[in-house]
Amino acid sequence: MIVANRKPFEEIVELVKAYKSILLLGCNECVTVCAAGGAKEVAVLASELRMHREKEGQPIEVKEHVLERNCDPEYVVSLAPIIGDAEAILSMACGCGIQFVGEHYRQMRVLPAVNTTFDGVAEEQGVWAERCLGCGNCILDKTLGVCPVTRCAKSLFNGPCGGSHGGKCEVSDETPCGWQLIVDRYKEMNMLDKYMEIQPLKNWSTSRDGGPRKRVREDLKL
Amino acid sequence: MSASNLEKVLKGGNFAVTSECGPPRGADAEVVSKKGSYLKGYVDGVNVTDNQTSVVRMSSIAAAVLLKQMGFDPIMQMVCRDRNRIALQSDLLGAAALGLDNVLCLSGDHQKFGDHPTAKNVFDIDSMQLIQTIKQLRDEGRFLGGEEVKGRPDMFIGCAENPFADPFEIRAMRLAKKAACGAQFVQTQCIFNVPKFEKWMEMVRDLGVHEKIYILAGVTPCKSIGMARYMQKSVPGMDVPEELITRLKGVPKENVAEEGIKICVETIEQMRAIKGVAGVHIMAIEWEQKVAGIVEAAKLYPRPAI
Repeated sequence: MIVANRKPFEEIVELVKAYKSILLLGCNECVTVCAAGGAKEVAVLASELRMHREKEGQPIEVKEHVLERNCDPEYVVSLAPIIGDAEAILSMACGCGIQFVGEHYRQMRVLPAVNTTFDGVAEEQGVWAERCLGCGNCILDKTLGVCPVTRCAKSLFNGPCGGSHGGKCEVSDETPCGWQLIVDRYKEMNMLDKYMEIQPLKNWSTSRDGGPRKRVREDLKL
Repeated sequence: MSASNLEKVLKGGNFAVTSECGPPRGADAEVVSKKGSYLKGYVDGVNVTDNQTSVVRMSSIAAAVLLKQMGFDPIMQMVCRDRNRIALQSDLLGAAALGLDNVLCLSGDHQKFGDHPTAKNVFDIDSMQLIQTIKQLRDEGRFLGGEEVKGRPDMFIGCAENPFADPFEIRAMRLAKKAACGAQFVQTQCIFNVPKFEKWMEMVRDLGVHEKIYILAGVTPCKSIGMARYMQKSVPGMDVPEELITRLKGVPKENVAEEGIKICVETIEQMRAIKGVAGVHIMAIEWEQKVAGIVEAAKLYPRPAI
């Protein structure tokens, strides 16, 4: 899922300072699962904003709405009547959703209430962690299911750097060393010899370095 | 064979001595010549660090050229953190054109540790792939993109290894991989835990890697108890045994630095006795003036004139 994190309240207050009426928009997909921008988070932020602005003597009207998906035109087009006379949309969807809604309602400012952070998993209740950078050229077969591009802070392809210690990354004791995880997998599978394979230079053109990416399935087009 | 003095010293079967010169945090060339003056005549090659610990400094190419002009054989360090394959290849050609004969390939400390922690890093290629890149430019005369190199950079290729980092079981294999990529010499992380280094060397010998690559053992004199403690606690991948600190604590305060140097000299003597160790790399961090004394005390002076 795409994992996001709500912006600090002070920053959100500043974003909507100029408006008296906004639509606070959530999304029922990833940001709901990672508890950043679903119905619950929309309700909480809406109340916080109303209370804050009331206290400041500058009340704000906050309309709440949660779209099934902010990244799908089928749902995004249904927003028109909901926007009504709102002066701006404050979105708790991921960066994709924020942009896509803006593309459909070009007269509106669509403001981000969350920071979109990574593609990841829920490691445990309340803990999400990054797993994939979407480099467009998967090598998880070679590293037995642990991605060196994402999980090594330096995206090293041929082993850990000299800063790996006690299973942790040199960048932070909170971060597991990606290469320790890979070596652990090699050992578990009795395949440590596989470490000796030299990984060639990566073709980054399939990654963001090739420019914004697009996927087309002609057979699915209408 | 390249024009590298270090390569000649090693190939001549001599126990090599290298040291390090960190470029200044400014444009003052005199800082480089002052640091260099402490080392003159006592080393076979001098490493020039590349924005080490991700702190912005004078470029390693420029500082290496300044040292070359003083008669040194500089070992230009090159990290993968700040440059992509286009810039790395370009700088290698430039370095060779300026007369630099040695290059040391590193991945580079993460920028988080430096003075620009908000910077974007590159890591287009890793240190092993950098070794392969230089070898390809030199031996095949082809750029990574496949085009012909007109005027090949003839360089002696080095790398680093940290026998004290984890996972320990692959640290000798990692060196084997670097040798397979084309690295000709390696300088290790500072050795304080000699038994662990010996264990690593045993693993290296088991793989036969010591016959494929010249191994220079890294040593560092401890200036103070504080420095030893800092390296023990705060530098990732550094293994400073408690006994070393106890020994430093055991001498009067005014003798701690001298004791640190004594330990360093003893370590060099231990290294000379280990099969497969071809030299030492003395990293006297901001203490370059002590290198000459260490080399003399270790009976490694004078250096072979080639």
